[in-house]
Amino acid sequence: MSVLQLSVFVENKSGRLAEITDIIAKANIDIRALSIADTTDFGILRLVVDKPAEAEKTLKDKGLTVSLTEVIAVGIPDKPGGFADTMRVLSEKGISIEYMYAFVTRDTERAYLIMRVMDNETAASVLKENGYELLSEESVYRM
Amino acid sequence: MAIYKSEIECASHSYIRAIQSARLIKMVENAYKNVSFYKKKFDEIGLAPADIKSIDDIEKLPFTTKTDLRDNYPFGMFAVPQRELVRIHASSGTTGKQTVVGYTKHDIEIWAECAARAITGAGGTKSDIIHIAYGYGLFTGGLGLHYGAEHMGATALPVSTGNTSRQIKLFLDFGSNILCCTPSYAMFIGETIREMGIDPKSLRLRAGILGAEPWTENMRKEIENLLEIKAYDIYGLSEIAGPGVSFDCETQNGMHINEDYFYPEVIDPETLEPLPYGEYGELVFTCIGKEALPLIRYRTRDICALISEKCGCGRTTIRMTKPRGRSDDMLIIRGVNVFPSQVEHVLLELGMTPNYFIVVDRKNNLDSMEVQVEINSSMFSDTVAGLESTKKRIEAALQSTLNVHASVKLLEPGSLPRSEGKAKRVNDLRKLQ
Repeated sequence: MSVLQLSVFVENKSGRLAEITDIIAKANIDIRALSIADTTDFGILRLVVDKPAEAEKTLKDKGLTVSLTEVIAVGIPDKPGGFADTMRVLSEKGISIEYMYAFVTRDTERAYLIMRVMDNETAASVLKENGYELLSEESVYRM
Repeated sequence: MAIYKSEIECASHSYIRAIQSARLIKMVENAYKNVSFYKKKFDEIGLAPADIKSIDDIEKLPFTTKTDLRDNYPFGMFAVPQRELVRIHASSGTTGKQTVVGYTKHDIEIWAECAARAITGAGGTKSDIIHIAYGYGLFTGGLGLHYGAEHMGATALPVSTGNTSRQIKLFLDFGSNILCCTPSYAMFIGETIREMGIDPKSLRLRAGILGAEPWTENMRKEIENLLEIKAYDIYGLSEIAGPGVSFDCETQNGMHINEDYFYPEVIDPETLEPLPYGEYGELVFTCIGKEALPLIRYRTRDICALISEKCGCGRTTIRMTKPRGRSDDMLIIRGVNVFPSQVEHVLLELGMTPNYFIVVDRKNNLDSMEVQVEINSSMFSDTVAGLESTKKRIEAALQSTLNVHASVKLLEPGSLPRSEGKAKRVNDLRKLQ
């Protein structure tokens, strides 16, 4: 029950993000969710896209350093406390999150989280036991 | 001001030539007889020690390079057995192999005398406390000045480098008179003193003997203003002896070479032809007074000119200008010799591509070095912590080989320029001219 995320090494210089995302755009790849982790020197661009394998190849061909990581995509209630509840469920089981980002869609009932944890399977089963909906690759890519 | 050994330092040109001739003949015999490297070199060019009859014959002799020292690592260039050595020093070499130098009791004695001449040139006397903030250890800086101070009967204070607040406390508590350290460290100490609100005029410090790294006349003025002292340059390299090969006098107009022990020449680094006085070229020394490591026409790679005019201080010894560059790619970072090839070596050992770029700068008057390396997929991680740990791992490996800290900057692959032929690997932003 995991989803593939692209991670791209990006130097901190102006225009670089535009250049990289332009490569993806030209390959007709659609971005579902993204986040950027940054330090003073470099950043890591994390993307969930509709065609991850194709995106990886396209970026690698352009000489970029890219890796594919399995992450969890989970739907949570889009209401006050919805996110806090999810975090509590995970923390009670001692699951720590390496990084995470959220996005919303046209569906007003739910928000979505992309999470990177040490052990995807444990986190997935904990969430499922607590009634959360985990998104399959296909459903995320088709969103 | 006093002159430590005026019968030599103020001697006539012909008297010095006579001493140099006698010492050169003896040294060449020693090198030929006891260093197989030199015997082989002499035999190859058909030169016999007897062909060297005076210092005028020096141009017949072959050159020696740092590579020769490396090829004969560790003790192959020594003219005496190890049991005759009383000291060994070492400095970093181009590929991780160190340059090893040895001294007999006599060698230490002459080096100490040369360092004492330098301290005297900076106005030091036997009543002074000589505060030595050069590193002690395999590096020649600390012990070189230490033995110089003791040779003249001054009080040596072996503080070594670092712990700036303790350095300043000792200035206050002990009343240090002369500070010996690298110019960048002197700047740092000066700024710290100012930040602490101490008036440098309240200290007993009156001179600095500063060397082991390139510095400018502007830095000299800044140090003199910050610390309210007179700043004297000192030159040396471990292959020749250590600090005290040449030194500034009160005129601060070129460093006096202790030419009765270290015979200087300046050559064209391309043609290897000797150049006349006043012309810039590569400085070459012959260690005419040393027993353990009798280096013949050793190429220092430092670019400078020799000044033969008599100095206003009364000394007649030949002077050299401040080195204004190198004829190789060696960098001097906080007094430590760094070769770009060492960086390459470390990267290859870590399984990385040898694509790198070094940026050297001087921030807050301390040298800084940044090594930019291109990331590859095996080093890449999707977490910041993962990338930071890769960076730290490279930094630790560089530190252990270079003996100086370098910060690592990770770049995207392909972002460093690829050049045909000799790649430009270094950008030195320190304004030294």
